[in-house]
Amino acid sequence: MMSVQSESSAEPLIRVERLCKIYSLESGVNGTVNSQVLYDVSLSINRGEFVAIMGHSGSGKSTLMNLLGCLDTPTSGHYWLAGRDVASLSEKELASVRNHNLGFVFQGFNLLKRMTALDNVATPLLYAGVSRAESRQRAQELLQQTGLGKFSEYQPNQLSGGQQQRVAISRALVNNPQLILADEPTGNLDTQTSGEIMGVFKRLNREKGITIVLVTHEDDIAAYASRLVRLKDGRVIHDSKVDS
Amino acid sequence: MLGMIIGVAAVVLMLSIGQGAQTTVNQAIASMGSNLFIVLPGATSSGAMRQTSGSVQTLTLGDAQAVASLPSIKAVAPIITGTAQLNFGANNWSTVVTGVTPDYFRVRNWDTEDGEVFTDTDFRSAARVVVLGQVTAKNLFGDEDPTGKTIRIKKSPFIVTGVLAAKGQSLDGRDQDDNVFIPLTTGQRQVFGSQFPGTIRFMMVQGKSPEVMEGAESEINQLLRQRHRLAEGMDSDFTVRNMAALAAVATGAAKVMSLMLGAIASVSLLVGGIGIMNIMLVSVTERTREIGIRMAIGANRRAILTQFLLEALVICILGGLAGVALGIGGAWAVSRAADMVVVITFGMVGLAFFFASAVGIFFGFYPAKKAAALRPVEALRYE
Repeated sequence: MMSVQSESSAEPLIRVERLCKIYSLESGVNGTVNSQVLYDVSLSINRGEFVAIMGHSGSGKSTLMNLLGCLDTPTSGHYWLAGRDVASLSEKELASVRNHNLGFVFQGFNLLKRMTALDNVATPLLYAGVSRAESRQRAQELLQQTGLGKFSEYQPNQLSGGQQQRVAISRALVNNPQLILADEPTGNLDTQTSGEIMGVFKRLNREKGITIVLVTHEDDIAAYASRLVRLKDGRVIHDSKVDS
Repeated sequence: MLGMIIGVAAVVLMLSIGQGAQTTVNQAIASMGSNLFIVLPGATSSGAMRQTSGSVQTLTLGDAQAVASLPSIKAVAPIITGTAQLNFGANNWSTVVTGVTPDYFRVRNWDTEDGEVFTDTDFRSAARVVVLGQVTAKNLFGDEDPTGKTIRIKKSPFIVTGVLAAKGQSLDGRDQDDNVFIPLTTGQRQVFGSQFPGTIRFMMVQGKSPEVMEGAESEINQLLRQRHRLAEGMDSDFTVRNMAALAAVATGAAKVMSLMLGAIASVSLLVGGIGIMNIMLVSVTERTREIGIRMAIGANRRAILTQFLLEALVICILGGLAGVALGIGGAWAVSRAADMVVVITFGMVGLAFFFASAVGIFFGFYPAKKAAALRPVEALRYE
């Protein structure tokens, strides 16, 4: 097992130590059945990195993403995000972290139906307490940057998959997060569109220095990243830098 | 939503009907005249048999005049009644003929719509003059103007001096407008032959103010017992009824009825509220994923709670608006179809609306709480 030492002495953006996750399932016959998905995962990711997490189904990569995204809490272990111990944060503070520090991009896009692309992008700003007019203006700018300026009044079901994912990326970026977590963002897209979306991520990483953590099981998608982490049965089995 | 509409509509409708009934009762009471006693003769015993009041005619015009001289009494209207056949041209009509003094119209606050009531002179001279009630006037004259015409009562000619304003139903449901009034003296001497000349059927006595009513009641009792020479311990041969007390009972009954209608309507509003809760619970389940997405992009529990609570409130307010409209429409339809008095006040509409909102918040709270309590990962994974 290889590991990459952080190049700078500064606090890494993500530091995870001996993270475990056990799901307890209620079973009618046997009472509670425990199933462990993550075993002592330790990882640290610096600012500006572009990390791809790979693994087969059931390897625990999505669970790891949920923990990194503060959507779930670990059974044991520690997680520091930008130096803050996530376990010590309240529900309200976690919501604020998701709002300000993180941006999510999902495989299924997860846009809000019955809302226009513009409103979808503006929603995180509303939760952050930004005024309606200001958030709409900022949302429009972001849609413009991702090449969707003309589609701001469209609803998600009127847009193609690639366009929907661009809307989702705009939404993830709207609060200027340091970190973007992308869970198989190209899983529902064809090869060409996948390439375009990955291009967007690459540019965000290069030009704006946004840290990106990406889950995928496709090698050519992982190739866009600068670091590759492999998971197998809940353990990190490989961690290396790649040249791009 | 439908539950809410029906609930609010029911509240508005029931309240307006209840209020209408109360108004009807109040009008009936006001139409009777204020601070009234009714003094009835009778309630005597003949042997061991006790007779109903009015079975013997023990009150006289003299009694009435004596009562009128009491200091706490404003006016006295002695009354005799009977039924008679009336004719005008080819039309005839059988109705109640009431013999009264001119004071009667003052006691009952009853004005003429056309012409005048008869005068004290007519009363003293036992003139053949008559004042018609609205219904009787219509039945005898149709669209013609009766004032100054001559009708026949039991074949004797009477000149119509005027037509009274409409007064509607009395508390016991009689039509007070199907009636004619002639001077008491004329009635006694010429229309109804009486066994005991000078007796009257009953009298209405008006007190000077609500405060003197209780004292006046015992004064009347005392005076009449004295005039009738009743020894201590003997039953009175007359009855004094305080109509103010009766009015209070009737008003109370109407109040209880409108309260009960309101209570029934509130139950339907409650059922509507439970309907809203169900809809919101389904909505929370259907939109679990949406809640997950919102949490992932930074909504905290409070924001989710507020969102669902607001949605419930909006449903209730919209339902409330539609319900108020439906309730007012329904009240109008009821008043048209059943010829009932309905009263819609701003207050009751406000009340129904207020309750609709309260129900919205109350029943919206549980589903909203449930939505806010979802864990982000689980909500996101929900299909």
